Amino acid sequence: MGLALVLALIVAPEDLDQGVSQRIFYIHVPIALTAYFCFGLGAWKALRLLWRGDSRSDLESYVAIHQGTIFGALTLITGSIWAKASWGHWWLWSEDQLVLFLVLFLFYCAYFMLRFSLEEGPRRARSSAVFALFGVVLIPVSFLAIRLAEGLIHPTVFTREGPQMSGSMFATFCIAWAAVTLLAYVLYRVELVGKRLDSDLRELREAFE
Amino acid sequence: MTQGQYVAAAYGVVFVFVLVYVAIIAAKLTRLQRETAELLELARGRAAAERRDVAPTTEVHGGA
Repeated sequence: MGLALVLALIVAPEDLDQGVSQRIFYIHVPIALTAYFCFGLGAWKALRLLWRGDSRSDLESYVAIHQGTIFGALTLITGSIWAKASWGHWWLWSEDQLVLFLVLFLFYCAYFMLRFSLEEGPRRARSSAVFALFGVVLIPVSFLAIRLAEGLIHPTVFTREGPQMSGSMFATFCIAWAAVTLLAYVLYRVELVGKRLDSDLRELREAFE
Repeated sequence: MTQGQYVAAAYGVVFVFVLVYVAIIAAKLTRLQRETAELLELARGRAAAERRDVAPTTEVHGGA
């Protein structure tokens, strides 16, 4: 993470078009991709729960979606800051890709409302899993919207011809992406272990009483 | 605000989010550690009580 920060803030060359504000790209895009990945992982675990009846997948799906929501919030905040620095606006409702990401984010926020409105048990696990699976449809739509949008204000860096940036910029982006993915993985594991431990302790306490 | 300040704000927000998240996890782990210690204390108390219940029987056997 430290290496990624040094490369993104100091070593990477300044963009001729956007200037210093382009450095937000090295944190904004990896966080957005990680958010998509976490939502996808949550949906995959939900599918495993429904398909194989693996009860451990419920907690894994919940933690992945929780991570996705945190990274999604960071995507919206860093994106807004970048938009203000580059376009002069915090938010543009006319930009489909921004609105679609917001819809995706709010959809998964609603996941928690559903989950905590039901009593703990198999019914809650199944309902949450179905909701998580519906949300995954929005991921490719949101991702492709950046390429299909007609309003072209949101930059498209990765095209069919490859990344539209210099080699050192691309290397910085890859290292930043690896660092954010590693951070997300560590946070996912720590939260999962904490939640499992919490559940085991509750069970142990009930057995003692 | 200058462009540099916007960049600092974007990275700062991420840093603060991660810091708050780690602080929440640390608080939770502290609570789990406390609960584990309480359960351990409870288990030791029960084990000691069971030993006390068994002890007089052993003495009677020893005396005979």
